[in-house]
Amino acid sequence: MVCVEQPSAGERMNTHSEVVDRLRGAFQSGVTIPEEFRRTQLTMLRSMISDNEERILKALHQDLAKPKFEAILSEVEIVMNELHHAIANLSHWMKPDYVSKNLATKLDDCFVRREPLGVVLVIGPWNYPLQLLILPMVGAIAAGNCVIIKPSEVSFATECLIADLIPKYLPQDCYTVVRGGSEETKALLQNRFDHIFYTGSQTVARSIVQAASVHLTPVTLELGGKCPCLLYGRLNIVAAAHRLVWSKFFNAGQSCVAPDYVLCSTATRDALIPALKDVLESFYTTEPQKCPDVSRIVSLRHWTRLVELLGKTRGRIVLGGEHDQEDKYIAPTVVVDVAEDDALMAEEIFGPILPIITIESVEKSIAFVNRKEKPLALYVFSDESSVVKMVMENTSSGGFCSNDGIVHMTLPGLPFGGVGGSGWGNYHGRWGFETFSHRRACMLRGWALERLNGLRYPPYSEEKLKWLRWTTSAKNSCSMM
Amino acid sequence: MSREQQLVAQARKAFESGRSRPLEYRIYQLKNLKRLFTERQKEIADAINKDLNRSEVGTQMFETLGLEGEINLIIRKLKEWAAPRPVEKNLMTLSDTVYIQPEPLGVVLIIGAWNYPWAVTIQPLIGAIAAGNAAVVKPSEVCVHTAKVMENLLPLYIDKELYPVVTGGVPETQELLRQRFDHIFYTGNSTVGKIIMEAAAKHLTPVTLELGGKSPCYIDKTCDLSIACRRIAWGKYTNCGQTCIAPDYILCEPSIQDRVIEEVKKSIKGFYTADPKTCPDYGRIINQRHFKRILTLLEDSTVAAGGENDESGCYIAPTVLRDVKPEAKVMQEEIFGPLLPILPISGLDEAIKFINKGEKPLALYVFSSDEKVINRMRDETSSGGFLANDCLVHFSISSLPFGGVGNSGMGCYHGKFSFDQLSHLRGCLVKKLKMEGVNNMRYPPHTPKKLGWARFFILKTADLGWVGRMMLLAVLAAVYIRSTFHTNLEP
Repeated sequence: MVCVEQPSAGERMNTHSEVVDRLRGAFQSGVTIPEEFRRTQLTMLRSMISDNEERILKALHQDLAKPKFEAILSEVEIVMNELHHAIANLSHWMKPDYVSKNLATKLDDCFVRREPLGVVLVIGPWNYPLQLLILPMVGAIAAGNCVIIKPSEVSFATECLIADLIPKYLPQDCYTVVRGGSEETKALLQNRFDHIFYTGSQTVARSIVQAASVHLTPVTLELGGKCPCLLYGRLNIVAAAHRLVWSKFFNAGQSCVAPDYVLCSTATRDALIPALKDVLESFYTTEPQKCPDVSRIVSLRHWTRLVELLGKTRGRIVLGGEHDQEDKYIAPTVVVDVAEDDALMAEEIFGPILPIITIESVEKSIAFVNRKEKPLALYVFSDESSVVKMVMENTSSGGFCSNDGIVHMTLPGLPFGGVGGSGWGNYHGRWGFETFSHRRACMLRGWALERLNGLRYPPYSEEKLKWLRWTTSAKNSCSMM
Repeated sequence: MSREQQLVAQARKAFESGRSRPLEYRIYQLKNLKRLFTERQKEIADAINKDLNRSEVGTQMFETLGLEGEINLIIRKLKEWAAPRPVEKNLMTLSDTVYIQPEPLGVVLIIGAWNYPWAVTIQPLIGAIAAGNAAVVKPSEVCVHTAKVMENLLPLYIDKELYPVVTGGVPETQELLRQRFDHIFYTGNSTVGKIIMEAAAKHLTPVTLELGGKSPCYIDKTCDLSIACRRIAWGKYTNCGQTCIAPDYILCEPSIQDRVIEEVKKSIKGFYTADPKTCPDYGRIINQRHFKRILTLLEDSTVAAGGENDESGCYIAPTVLRDVKPEAKVMQEEIFGPLLPILPISGLDEAIKFINKGEKPLALYVFSSDEKVINRMRDETSSGGFLANDCLVHFSISSLPFGGVGNSGMGCYHGKFSFDQLSHLRGCLVKKLKMEGVNNMRYPPHTPKKLGWARFFILKTADLGWVGRMMLLAVLAAVYIRSTFHTNLEP
């Protein structure tokens, strides 16, 4: 499929403003508000995915050599699931919440309405180029907004595909794809949006917040970080090794919630390495480069970054280490004797390299983790629930999962998002709907009981105040009436 | 190291000691705060009186009563709010524990405003304490006497390392903003709100911004004008109009304008006597700068009532302006003063159009006895909060989220919303290392059959219904039993 050449910078600026204006006009017309309209769009998105599964898999394979299994699970099915969930629950989500009142307001109607924000921008990353673009879009559409989506130019084949498919299934006036690199994104950000949803790196996130502050645009930032994986206490090493390998080397480690590094005692490490070796062989054979279930690094730039890390590390490579530039291949690699200040610990790895740091006690491991930025996910493997509890209660992270990796992301009931350096805000399921909505407090009073209101009017007196206290305190807190 | 740096570092150290986490400690601090309001009522009221000319009863009504109520609510509900919140599971996690665990964020910066200094500075603090955080409190320097009282009294009642008070002006605020916080809670105007958000970008600190705007008030001719105008006058002239959710301006049909003016005048007289300047229940403008600013707004409009002013006391009478045009000075910015402009419009359609041309306000008021009018206004506009047939009172319902949208702010608080806003809601999945057989279907080598199972199981949750779920559960059990007796599913 051939992709069209991009317009010039000047053309882009105009085009962007035109696009935003057009979508704002569509939003103001009210067309995206009715429940039926939103349901129709979500249904069309669902058809878009199911009608084009082969093309999607092909594009993902072109970009990341994603094995069909991984692509289906982590791109197609997870999006379909989110769409099913939204379609099934939309009515419920859109209903107002009636809230409890105090005595003075017993006859009034108090409720919270979820209202759309307007025109929102969703910027997607390259590692799960379909999932991490469409999943937020589902929340935005369900909430009744118009959406501009900006797929990552790094995952080029998927970008082209999305730009081709979206206009065929969704009305262009309400949902538009904008393409390009960092220059185009910068230009796009000069426009005013009612919410910006960004998945990617901390550096870019800072400039997004700065751009958003000009218009007081709220943002959701899904960032990353180094997700620690602690193995302590009594544990089933074989099961742990299976789940650890699966979650680490899925998508060649290019997942924001992949376990970045392992912390365990020397004894555990010595038991873990042969277990990892066995699992790696059973998953990816003894020649992983030839195995169709092994992904590739997305670009030469990232491949070089990772290979340089392998070169700079003062640790010892015990498994893997092979790499091939032409193929952008790096073997699933395990490195031991890694120190806290090693090159592998300086940044989020985002690749198939697993450092193991030996720390004898779980308490010291917790202190180690707490010295670093709060990660997007934190994992602990143990058969002892007291160990799991200790780690959970003494650390902070976006999400937490014990005895497995990544899968907590598949539960639409859990808010998916970071904290501190790993992000701001959350989504998935109803959380996505809420992220892209304004919770408007509504109160409908009647004309009756004006005498009761008299308590609050000047001239003020202690007597009035006493009555006021009584009528407004009842079950809930109050201030002046 | 600057004073601000030191205090923030000390607050962080105190937070890291873990003492703000136990619920008992949080409640203990909040109870002490409540004692402050009762024991030091006189000092608080005196300072407010010097800053805003508010009477002691007025201070209780508009400041401390609400805070006491909030604390009482938290004491009752904190255990429930802080407990793990279970969520829906999928088939693969049926035997696991899945919940959301609210956790403290760390060190929160609270920048207060001067108009209801206790309410808008301490209510976020209450939320921060309830959520288990440390908090640096920066009262507004504009309410000079109250800032001093806060600086003196708070350390006597609550943990002064965990919750330090930092007073000062712009340079001190800027120095604070250079430090790293886990959340910044700001109440004030949009201009400064933008600066705060920009500063927060450096450390990627999330913010809550409680800003303002021009809150419109539409009066439909079908309503009870006498009651409506009384409620509007109360909402407008309380605290001399210096309320972020005061009805900023009125939109109504020309045929009722005279009646509205009459009724508002009547209410003003009823509340503040024929000479509001001598009435203890009528406030003053906070300072000369704002006094001059508000007077300039009068310049190109017609005064229908009031208009008297006295610079020496920062007094501006409760004022009504008639036949105001959209281009008038008084319509170009949030008034935040006792001027009530009336803009005649042809009807609901024009009112909605006019409102939507402006920025989304913090509050929107409509007075009507016609439900259709109320619903249309609500459905065709956007605002932080919406109130029909009264002013301000939605602020007092702690089960309603209080916050803005667009230019009027981001985030919300009050009651449980404060707790959630200043917590991290951590998604937790607690699994065991058992039932490994079931996981086989997701492991490589990938086969079409495994894919079939995985597709079916791992993700399918929605719209299955009870029967569907039971059937899948039965199949899941069968797969588990089968896989524990085989090393791998068949290719």
